[in-house]
Amino acid sequence: MSSERGRDAGPERIGNATYGLSWEEPLLFERSRPGRVGYSIPEADVPLAEPESVFEAGFLRDDLPALPELSEVDVVRHFTRISTWNAAVDLALYPLGSCTMKYNPKINEWAARLPGFASIHPLQPAGTAQGVLELCWRLEQALAEISGMDRVSMQPAAGAQGELTGIMMVRAYHEHRGDARNIVLVPDSAHGTNPASAALNDYRVVTIPSGRDGILHPEAVAKVMTPDVAALMVTNPNTLGLFETHIAEICDIVHAHGGLVYGDGANLNALLGIARPGDLGIDVMHFNLHKTFSTPHGGGGPGSGPVGVKNILAPYLPVPMVRKRAGSEGEGFALDYEFPHSIGRVHANFGNVGMLVRAWAYLRSLGPEGLRLCAEMAVLNANYLLARLRGAWHVPIDRPVMHECVLSDKQLEPFGITTLDVAKRLIDYGYHPPTVYFPLIVHGSIMIEPTESESLEGLDRFADAMLAIAEEARSDPEHVRTAPHRTRLARLDETRAARHPVLRWQPES
Amino acid sequence: MSLPSPRYIPHTEDDVRLMLAAIGVTDLDALFASVPEKLRLARALAIPQVASEQEVAAELAALAARNVNAGSHDWFLGAGIYSHYAPTAIDALISRAEFTTAYTPYQPEISQGTLQTIFEWQTMICGLTGLEVSNASLYDGASATAEAVLMAMRLARRHKVVVAHGLHPHYGEVLASYVRALDAEIVAAPRAADGRTAPVDALVDDETACVVVQQPSFLGPVQDLAAIGAAAHARGALFVVVVNEALSLGLLRAPGDLGADIVCGEAQSFGVPMSFGGPALGFLATRDRHVRQMPGRLCGETVDSRGKRGFVLTLSTREQHIRREKATSNICTNQGLCLLIATVYLSLLGRVGLAKLARLNFAKAEYMKQQVRQTSGLGLPLPAPTFNEFVVSVPDAPAALARALDAGIVGGLDLAPYAPELGSSLLVCATELSTRDAIDRLIAALAGRTS
Ligand SMILES: Cc1ncc(COP(=O)(O)O)c(C=O)c1O
Repeated sequence: MSSERGRDAGPERIGNATYGLSWEEPLLFERSRPGRVGYSIPEADVPLAEPESVFEAGFLRDDLPALPELSEVDVVRHFTRISTWNAAVDLALYPLGSCTMKYNPKINEWAARLPGFASIHPLQPAGTAQGVLELCWRLEQALAEISGMDRVSMQPAAGAQGELTGIMMVRAYHEHRGDARNIVLVPDSAHGTNPASAALNDYRVVTIPSGRDGILHPEAVAKVMTPDVAALMVTNPNTLGLFETHIAEICDIVHAHGGLVYGDGANLNALLGIARPGDLGIDVMHFNLHKTFSTPHGGGGPGSGPVGVKNILAPYLPVPMVRKRAGSEGEGFALDYEFPHSIGRVHANFGNVGMLVRAWAYLRSLGPEGLRLCAEMAVLNANYLLARLRGAWHVPIDRPVMHECVLSDKQLEPFGITTLDVAKRLIDYGYHPPTVYFPLIVHGSIMIEPTESESLEGLDRFADAMLAIAEEARSDPEHVRTAPHRTRLARLDETRAARHPVLRWQPES
Repeated sequence: MSLPSPRYIPHTEDDVRLMLAAIGVTDLDALFASVPEKLRLARALAIPQVASEQEVAAELAALAARNVNAGSHDWFLGAGIYSHYAPTAIDALISRAEFTTAYTPYQPEISQGTLQTIFEWQTMICGLTGLEVSNASLYDGASATAEAVLMAMRLARRHKVVVAHGLHPHYGEVLASYVRALDAEIVAAPRAADGRTAPVDALVDDETACVVVQQPSFLGPVQDLAAIGAAAHARGALFVVVVNEALSLGLLRAPGDLGADIVCGEAQSFGVPMSFGGPALGFLATRDRHVRQMPGRLCGETVDSRGKRGFVLTLSTREQHIRREKATSNICTNQGLCLLIATVYLSLLGRVGLAKLARLNFAKAEYMKQQVRQTSGLGLPLPAPTFNEFVVSVPDAPAALARALDAGIVGGLDLAPYAPELGSSLLVCATELSTRDAIDRLIAALAGRTS
């Protein structure tokens, strides 16, 4: 141990975390003991009807469901212990690029748990749900203003479903005009959900190469822009953290050929109050409320992916929308199904409404100046990190960035160190690693998004860790290659998991 | 330089000056040099001005107070989203920031809490559905149904989808949206007089990719899965079972034991707040041999370099970040924290508790049916057995619901838009939260009596 610790002088000196007790915990099923009880169900105040006397043979379970038997103490210890095995925004910088892991305010959580939001039903009469309908309506107004769109549907449950919904509207728009088109253009720097969402709508995906400067060029778009192209999907700033400087000209080219432009709003954080996708020429876009608007990522969700459109696409919006009553109808808010060419529903109800409550609390807490400050400080933080890391780290496209910066492992190649090793070594320093190996157009990419939530000292500590790792890669490559060393588990064998899938627990027989 | 200072942003003006100098620019504006001047917003955003925490809290509390809710009213409205009791330990555990403020566990060494939970969830869903592999959640029951159909179409390489009577109408609408661009044909089976679906045998042919049936039906009847599954399999079609009252899995035979190839649906009942219908918890399970066509994340067991057990996301060659336009689905962010809720819920209830609770729900509904039978003017038009939800015929459904609301009760769903052929009727649901007294008062309100 002491020699290991000697080799870990870096994390000891610079790190964000130190040694400590870490807990062991088996699977729930392994903790189970017959007869343990974690529930308390009220005594029946009605006769206990026998299902066996009502159902035909073969309809009912003849065994108990395969669940563990645990006391409440067991369950609380179990989940509390395993929670300590996670990195989280509330513990430390979580610089996962493209994911905007900003601080998730506590008042948002409080608000979403109010019974008037948490215990309401999507099919209760609109007259009994005026508060939540007003919130949805106000949020729609705000998102439309922030993005320069005309209408916003709250139904999509995450960004990818927003893309799917947006491309469904694109398809409906062209079909309604009798204009059959079968191609969607996607830059090579795009996130995988973009081509997947286009393909689910039965579009052929044509990839556009980014320029050497990392952005899209009008000529590259013009070259593939034909009357068969239904839409171009762009992410702006793109996944290299670069603003698509030629976006207006590119949108003009697409529009001139009768196509539409879809905006992937995953990186909207950089543009809040600075520029609006709608003003750049985008026709339809999604928001990721779990990125830009501070709703928590929950270990993989739930998110929320509202989709905004310009008026030309409004007739195709999913229904229902929320409408403010006017004139003789009286006051208040109503559900609106009057969208003649609606693509229909994409969610059983109104989308992830609990996330809308959180996003609204966030917007109210920041106001227009606070939102703009988010963009400014996020961009300041990313450029500051880049300034501190340039030199020791290879910067494949070295230009001023927006909210995130992309490095690569090129300078570490001579020492046999890859991006994966760097990611794992960062864990020893107490950081969740950045996004790695994405975007695909940079070999060994390391995509760092600090967000506006990180302080100067926090950034310096992270930069020191990155610099120390670059140094360790030269001085003790083996130690980096075998990282992490300070976690409960060492590097996990992902190949084995895929070769011999074990996807559920089974009792040993 | 004078900056606003929202409490979520730590920068002081000195920090900013220092950082600008390190970057080598003079002001914040210079950081946005790559945004052409003419594309910049030249004004402040026209959204509400900043409010203090205490003002925001008051505003949100006031909005919340304008929603009739299951805390303020007795609740008999289900139809896909159910009012159940959630043990208090759930919120205490899921509020741990290590769960709430983490993301998708891409880096397993620092995400074992999330990963082990997913593995436990997958195991529980397999046990409840009688299948062999479950994913780590989908958005909701409706998109899970659409994904299941797309998966079946890929597996069968066929384009026709037979939908048994009783699929939640909104799920049907979402399914239609998802397949509109594809060469798919959806055929709907009618309802039989007892409330179950009519036999589907004659609708299934060699072009049929799958038969989809909801259990229990949207209108409540528990369907004859064995018969429907046999009809599907007789023509080589897959058998897809949709469950949106997941608690029914504690009482009814596991669909996997009755031939289901895919079981999907909504697990909101397992402790997830109703939240106006979302975030909910879509799930999807299938047989091992179909795993490569599954949508969504999968967690698998492995070992670390020292041989110790751990968990990772796996089989990702199905997924969008690897396969892009050839992926089985576009899903990325799913409903992770809701999956944690349900896993905590199911571990508290356990095998005995879940069965007990399901039986209690059944008993409450049977009591309510008994009261309906004994009340003149009310009727049970569909005789097939049900779980915790069923159709009641009433003389004037809107008036009956209005009377219930006056009595502090959200009385159910007016079926006029969904099943007009049933005449004036309501879909009502009883759960463990429905006290005998509340049921009696609902019946009185529906019948127009004062209790
Ligand atoms: C650039 C980009 N586009 C789309 C998505 C998909 O969004 P979601 O995960 O909310 O479905 C992501 C997020 O992971 C992303 O980073």
